[in-house]
Amino acid sequence: MTEPRTLYEKLWDSHVVAEMPGGASLLYIDRHIVHEVSSPQAFVAMRESGRRLRRPETHLGVADHAVPTRSRGGEIPDPQARAQVAELEGNVAEFAVPYADLEGPEQGIVHVIGPETGFTLPGTTVVCGDSHTTTHGAFGALAFGIGASEQGTVMAVQALPQARARTMKVELVGKRHALIDAKDIALALIAKIGSHGAVGHAVEYVGEALAGMAMSERMTLCNMTIEAGSRMGLVAPDEVTFAYLKGRRLAPKGAHWDAATAYWRTLASDPGAAYDKVVTLDLSAIEPQVSWGTSPNQTLPIGAAVPDPQAIADASERRETEKALAYMGLTPGAPLTSVAIDHVFIGSCTNGRIEDLRAAAAIVRGRAVAQGVRAIVVPGSAATRAQAEAEGLDAVFTGAGFEWRFAGCSMCVAMNDDRLAPGERCASTSNRNFEGRQGPGGRTHLMSPAMAAAAAVSGHLADVRDFA
Amino acid sequence: MPAQPFTTVSGRAAVMREENIDTDIIFPARFLLITARAGLGEYAFHDRRFDGSGAEVPGYVLNTAPFRDAPVVVAGANFGSGSSREQAVWALVGRGMRAVISSSFGEIFYSNCLRNGVVPILLSEDELAVMMDAAETGAAFTVDLEAQELRVEGLPTRTFEVPAERRLAMLNGWDETDQIVNQYGDEIAAFERGQRGIQPWLYPEEHDA
Repeated sequence: MTEPRTLYEKLWDSHVVAEMPGGASLLYIDRHIVHEVSSPQAFVAMRESGRRLRRPETHLGVADHAVPTRSRGGEIPDPQARAQVAELEGNVAEFAVPYADLEGPEQGIVHVIGPETGFTLPGTTVVCGDSHTTTHGAFGALAFGIGASEQGTVMAVQALPQARARTMKVELVGKRHALIDAKDIALALIAKIGSHGAVGHAVEYVGEALAGMAMSERMTLCNMTIEAGSRMGLVAPDEVTFAYLKGRRLAPKGAHWDAATAYWRTLASDPGAAYDKVVTLDLSAIEPQVSWGTSPNQTLPIGAAVPDPQAIADASERRETEKALAYMGLTPGAPLTSVAIDHVFIGSCTNGRIEDLRAAAAIVRGRAVAQGVRAIVVPGSAATRAQAEAEGLDAVFTGAGFEWRFAGCSMCVAMNDDRLAPGERCASTSNRNFEGRQGPGGRTHLMSPAMAAAAAVSGHLADVRDFA
Repeated sequence: MPAQPFTTVSGRAAVMREENIDTDIIFPARFLLITARAGLGEYAFHDRRFDGSGAEVPGYVLNTAPFRDAPVVVAGANFGSGSSREQAVWALVGRGMRAVISSSFGEIFYSNCLRNGVVPILLSEDELAVMMDAAETGAAFTVDLEAQELRVEGLPTRTFEVPAERRLAMLNGWDETDQIVNQYGDEIAAFERGQRGIQPWLYPEEHDA
């Protein structure tokens, strides 16, 4: 009788190459996604040391962070972005890395196309020079973000020294209300445990609610896990996972598919497996969430008012609140629904999937973007964009006054020309409300796609339940 | 790429009394379009140091005389959270900042520090408060990686820990990739043979052939 193990422990145990002196383990890396912004220095290191990629087929390259989304094809206007994409294209050609061409059907945000192509699979280790690599944990993969130096190591040796994480179980109990999205659940969790509440832990989401969640929602949960400080979010693979993956280009086929699904079914945490920490979240108590500050834990239900620092006893929390309110230009005590917005951004690796666009379109249909608001929809991938167009969602958005863009990270990271001017305020489906994240001086409110759509048609932060 | 060997760093410590100083604050995303890793020091904490017109923000710690060139940072919890960008660490190195002290770090940032000759030191909230007060008086800080000691003028010497592997690599300027190639090449090959038997679908290069 072996000790019951968690999903994380099974993934960990099945990837240990060797124990290293000093306590770290050398962990085998199955998959690596490469984008234009974090990879150049890793390729330089490979070239300078004369190394080759150990297994080029286990890497996948794509340009997403800096690419323009207004048009696709032709020369990229920004010379720095143009050079960066050209450098990636040169690197993937030189090192024989499979590449999703910028103008091709598989281009998109790393964390959207990994799953869409079947590159991301249960039971694997997945890394990328991007902190939101947590997303892939939704498939029961051990997936985490790494730095450029580590990327170079993975390219050369297909392994990384890692310290074993502690485990945290997040139990989702109760039934959520209609229009409560995975994004609301994620934000409520971060507000509850804090922006560093899960540091050092691999977070596994469990509970009956998971069974009813599409892969897109599970990805949203795992994606946002980094905003609670954890490098890894996890959901055990099940029939929903298998149905999503079956037939994808890089998913196993034929006899391999049968063997793979049999293997994947063994990954779920064993009954009685112990976690270092357990957090319970009652979904029935969650209302639509909106962030008001400059850290994702600074989030409240939409019916609440802007916090008043004077009412906060803890000196450190009071100082953090004052700092955030000053940056955000908010008045203590004002209802959140009174906060007027300038921009709306629907997209990102958090909420740029087809289900997200459908949820937003359902609110937008038959309504118009409020006067003075600029609203953009940036699909997470070329495939998502094509699917949305096949369903007529693009027409719903453009008919209401939204701009309909090509795939990329866009206004989630503001590395292309999609960015806020200083002082402008945005209702955003992205993952970070950090200072300057959407452009220097820009102000970000995080929320679900349906909530962002409600804000777009209202001209101010709004409660999506008023639009049902 | 081997980093410069690290032994000790000494000097004043710049205090940042706030939590959640994320890597977007340390190195704003728009500068990520630069693909070099040298010369990034001028962008470190850029939007805190400069206003929209490019003028220095008066009173910001890194714009204040005794702390302008501080080689040590003492900051509130969750320092280096957010994005995985290693540029955040390269920018610190570019400014000569070789040690960061906080009560918690973003994990990817922490890992990046250890690969670039920056020593991250974890303290309790209470100890951190004491260090902040001392640093603001201009006390001299010495971070000794060999002895794993933090010596602050006027305070008792305190030991700290970093992962043993990384400590040795930093002291010697070893390259991590070389180390793995030299010491674990056979184990990696053996792992792959084993995994190929259990999860053959993970070896697309063989299926396509």
